[in-house]
Formats: sequence, structure tokens, C-alpha cells
Amino acid sequence: MKYRTRNWSLILGALVLVTLASGCKNNKGNKVPPPPPKAPTATLSADPTSIQRGQSSTLKWDTTDATDVTLDGSKVDPSGSQSVSPTQTTTYHLVAKGAGGTQEATAQVAVAAPPTPTPTPAPTPPPITDEQLFAQNVRDIFFDYDSSNLRPDSQQALAQAAQLIKQKGWKVQIEGNCDERGSTEYNLALGERRADAARQALLSGGVSPDSLKTISYGKEKPQCTDSNEDCWQKNRRDHFSLLH
Amino acid sequence: MSRKTQLAIFALILLLPATHALGQDWIRTGTNRGAVVRLADADFKGATGDPQTGPLATVFNQTLWNDLDNAGIFEMVPKSFYPLQIPGAPGEMKLDAWANAPVNAAMVTFGNLGVNAGKVDVQGWLYDAKNAQFPQVLGKQYREDATPDNARLIAHRFADEIILRLGGGIPGIAESRIYFVSTRTGNKEVWVMDYDGANEKQVSKLGSIALSPRISPDGTRLAFSGLTRDSWQIMMYSTELGRTVAFPRYAGDNFSPAWSSDGSRIAFSSSMHSGLSEIFIADSSGANARRLSTGKGDVSPVFNPKTNGQIAWVSGRTGLPQIFVMDADGSNVQQMTKEGYAVSPAWSPNGLLLAFSWVRHYGPGVLGGQDIYLMDIASRQIVQLTHDAGRNDFPSWSPDGRHIVFQSNRSGTEQIWSVLADGTHLQQLTRQGRNSQPNWSFK
Repeated sequence: MKYRTRNWSLILGALVLVTLASGCKNNKGNKVPPPPPKAPTATLSADPTSIQRGQSSTLKWDTTDATDVTLDGSKVDPSGSQSVSPTQTTTYHLVAKGAGGTQEATAQVAVAAPPTPTPTPAPTPPPITDEQLFAQNVRDIFFDYDSSNLRPDSQQALAQAAQLIKQKGWKVQIEGNCDERGSTEYNLALGERRADAARQALLSGGVSPDSLKTISYGKEKPQCTDSNEDCWQKNRRDHFSLLH
Repeated sequence: MSRKTQLAIFALILLLPATHALGQDWIRTGTNRGAVVRLADADFKGATGDPQTGPLATVFNQTLWNDLDNAGIFEMVPKSFYPLQIPGAPGEMKLDAWANAPVNAAMVTFGNLGVNAGKVDVQGWLYDAKNAQFPQVLGKQYREDATPDNARLIAHRFADEIILRLGGGIPGIAESRIYFVSTRTGNKEVWVMDYDGANEKQVSKLGSIALSPRISPDGTRLAFSGLTRDSWQIMMYSTELGRTVAFPRYAGDNFSPAWSSDGSRIAFSSSMHSGLSEIFIADSSGANARRLSTGKGDVSPVFNPKTNGQIAWVSGRTGLPQIFVMDADGSNVQQMTKEGYAVSPAWSPNGLLLAFSWVRHYGPGVLGGQDIYLMDIASRQIVQLTHDAGRNDFPSWSPDGRHIVFQSNRSGTEQIWSVLADGTHLQQLTRQGRNSQPNWSFK
């Protein structure tokens, strides 16, 4: 079967070639004056053609035989693309002028208003688990090299976290970590100091001692394993876990 | 003073008691690295036609040579200088050929090894080449099941006999072992190997993280730090039972255990009291824990093994970690280092020296070499043992006080290395996985 199909396609191909060849011969036979300059062509498209307000769409255009191409009045390359973010439905005009005339093309980008929040008087907050709430509000804090001093932004973050921890009655494990430099055993002690620094700050924020637990992982549980300052900084941290 | 002179002085301090203890001339000179005993070690001859004889003799001869070479008290005569006729027994020994040039040996060891009915028999001798009338210093016989491990064991035992006899009466270390932490199972566990790096075996099977192995003086119990579900705890492993045995859980994190040399007490670091790491001391059962230090960030205690009356440890109380020493009741605190980043003290068996790891020239943004240093405690004089090759940490002394094992990343990954306490005979002991925190057995 396969063999026969291929034979048919070969025959078809040959026919096409013959047809094309004869067409050429006909054209050459006509002695006509040189053709006038070709009329320019122009195409313009938008992708996507409809957006929501605030989103963007990409205009693409292509022209031939044009010497002067403008998009909405500004001169542009004969072909190209451009990102647009109209605030309302807009029709873009491409004008291609050449020796053979002028060609225009248009493309429309429809803009829809973003969906307005349903104006219910008391919007119910999206359902969120304690774990999500904890992760959003009790974030890692970071330290300087060989230091367990809290940075000002960490103190602020811990003061806010303390309020939520108290309000929710959470039990929290504070995990002190170090970068890969320094000695294994001493880093356990340093991690202990980092965990304790956060613990003291949370206690000052009114959290009960019973709801806080500390552990040092030293340099045993890095979250980043490259040997550079970026990575070391990521590892010099207190991480907080919600205990159950 | 040149570094070599300094090291030579340290070597003398190291071996001083032995020098005093024994009066024979060549033993005294033997403790001086300037004039070590010139020792010839003839390959032991195969004594039977059993096909196992050849391979076991090869293992035995390599091990014996390495043990003697590693001992640091011999000048080994290269085998290419030896007479063509190698003796396998006293009757075949022509002493002149060994005593004269080119061998010029002061001592020669020789013997034979044969396999018979699944047993390997070894006879070994040590001869004083200059004493034609009564040359025999040692004559020993050994018999074990014929395995490569046993061939190595017999070589270690015979080497230790020779080293005990010629090394100033200090027992050899060829049967000692080194505990260490390895990642080769995927997580950090405690492993053990022979002192020469052979025969590596996994000890702990914690499945989380095991750190800081410390073997008890009698070798029956191994203390280490283990990460449990919610804290670090001191764990105790019985080498006799092959499993962990009970040890009290204390509040907070508990790590970096250390044995007193009489095996009666354990010091360790704990956050049980204040939430910060402090040094505690307890009975070897773990009971009666009491706090010795009140610093912030106190770790890595180690007893003075000579007296058990002092503890050296690391404290961050003055900023970067430094080495401190206190009496074993917590009194009389002295700061031993005052600059850089100094950690991991290890007290020499004779009580006179501290080995430690030091980033001596520490500056902001710059971490220089982290090297092993030795401090003479009485004079506070310091010499550098390793030089400008990676991070070197966790020194631990061999039982004879002549060697130091330590971790280094000089080869690209953390591995265990050993070196003589005078800085010579540096060698890499481990190659598989990442290996750290070596701890040399007490005997």
C-alpha cells in the first residue's frame, strides 16, 4: 500500500512541475515594457486582539516595496513588532508608502475593563490555612557573619510576628542556621545564639515562653550550597516552623 | 627561631617522659628526629605452597612497612639496598650483610608467613645488626584464620611490638582506630577505620545527622551528637553490643561530648540551662549533669588526659571563637588564644600541648588559611603544623602523641589526613564521600 501511495505522489509532483514550466514559457514569450513600480503591500496584526485593561498586546507588521512606513503617524521599520497597552479599544493604522503607491493596514486591540470585584458589602477573606498565614507573616530573618545580633528590619518583623503568634496561640520552633564557613561544632553554638536572639525578641513582644522552642542546625541544613556571599547570606538565618 | 627548630623542640617536649624513662643510648637518640633508628624491614618469605600464601604475604609486608614507616621513629632503609639473600628465619640471617654498607642498618626485621589448612602462621624477628653475639631483640609467632584482614592485624601487632621496644617504651598505635563522620550513605553517620585508613566500617545508623564521635578510653562506648526529631542529644553506642544504649536526654541541644581519660566523666555542650550553649560535665552514665561555664556559645570541651583536672574548650564570649582552659570544677578560667578564629582544641596525651584549628589572621571579608597549630601550654608558645592548604580542622592526637589526625579540604573535598606531630609524613586516609571530625582511639 505504502509503495503505491508514493507512486501516486511522484506522478502528481511531476504534473505540477510540467504545469509550472509551461507557465514560465508563456510569460517569457510576451514582449512587454518593464513593469511599473510595484505597489507596496502592508499587513498589521495584533496578538492577542483583545485584552483586559492593564495587559498588553503585541503588534506585528510586515511591508514590501515601501520606502516610508508609519504606525499611527510614527515612522517605523518596514517590518517589526511593538508591544502596546491601550487603556481602551484602539485601532492601529499602518501606512506603507512606496514608488508604486500607498497601502494601509489596520488592526484593532479590544480592551475590556478588568472584572470589578463583586461589591458584596463584607467580602469574605479567601480561605487560608494556619500554615499559609504563618508562612506569610513569620518569615526567615538573616544575620551578619559570625553575628547573632538582630538587624533593625528583623526586630520590626519579629515584633509584628509576635502579635500574630500571641493572637493565634501558635507554638513555634525557631531554627538557627549558619553558613558553611566556620567550624561544625562552633556553628552549632552560633546557631543556638541566633535562635535565642529571635526567641528573646518574641518574648519581648509578649509571646509566652511555653510556646517557643529553639534548635540550632549549625551548618548542617543549608538551604543553598554554593560557596559565595549570596549563598552564605541565605544560610545565615533563623527559620520558623509552626509546631502542632 | 626557624620552624624546623621549633618543631624539633616540640617533638622533644612530646617525647620527654619517654626519654627520661629509658637509658639505653640508641633509644634516647631514637626519640630525637635528628638521629632516628635506621631500620631494615626485609619482606617476610612465603613458608608454604598454599595459593593464599603469596597474596597474604604481600598484604602483610605492605602493612608492616607502612606501620614502621608511619611510626616516625625510624629511618627506613629502602628495600633496593637489601642483600639479594633475604632471610626467612634466624638460620638464614647473615648479619654482616645488613650491618655494613650499603644497608648500614642498626636494626633489621625479617621472618616468614605460611598458610596451612586455613590458618596463617607468621614468625617474625627483630635483630640488632650491630650485636653479633646476641642479636635477637624480638622473636614472635602469630596464628590466625587466613584472611587479608588477619594478615594486616598480625602485621600491626608485630609492628607495635617493635615500636614499643625501639620507641622509648611508648606502645605503638598500629592497632588503634579512628572514628569519623562520613556522608557516604547520603547523610552524616559515624564510621570507623584502622589508623592507616584501611578497613572502613559504618558504625551509627541514625538516618538523620550524627556528629562529633568520641570513643571511650577503653574503646567499648562511642559518644556522639545525634539530631533527633526536635533537638540534638548525646547518644551512646556500645561497640560490644553493636547498638546504641541508653543515655539521658536533656532539654535543649546537647552536643560535642568528650571523655575524661579514666572514662568516669563526660563533658559536653548544652543549651539546657539558658538556651545558649554552655559546658556541662556529667558522670559517664550521663547522670548528675552540672554546669561548668556560663559563657555564650561554649562548645568543644576536652579533658587534659594526663590529669583530668582541666578542660580546654571554645567560647564566643569575646567575639570570634577562642580557646579557653579552666579547671574541671569551672574555676580558674584562662584565655589561651586572643586573635583570629580558634576552634577544636585537642589535648596531647602527655598533657603538655594543645592542638587546635586557627584562622590566625582574620579580617573583614577575608578568610585566610585555617590551619592546625600546636601550643605548648606552659609557655603559650605556638607553632603551625599545616600550611596554606585549604581548611584544616578537628585535630585529634594518636595514643602515642606522635601523630595528629585532622580533616582538610585541601584535596577539593573534606577528607581525613594524618601527620606526624613534627609536621612530616602527611598522608590522606579517606577518599570516599566527604569525611570529617576524626577522633583517634585512646589505645
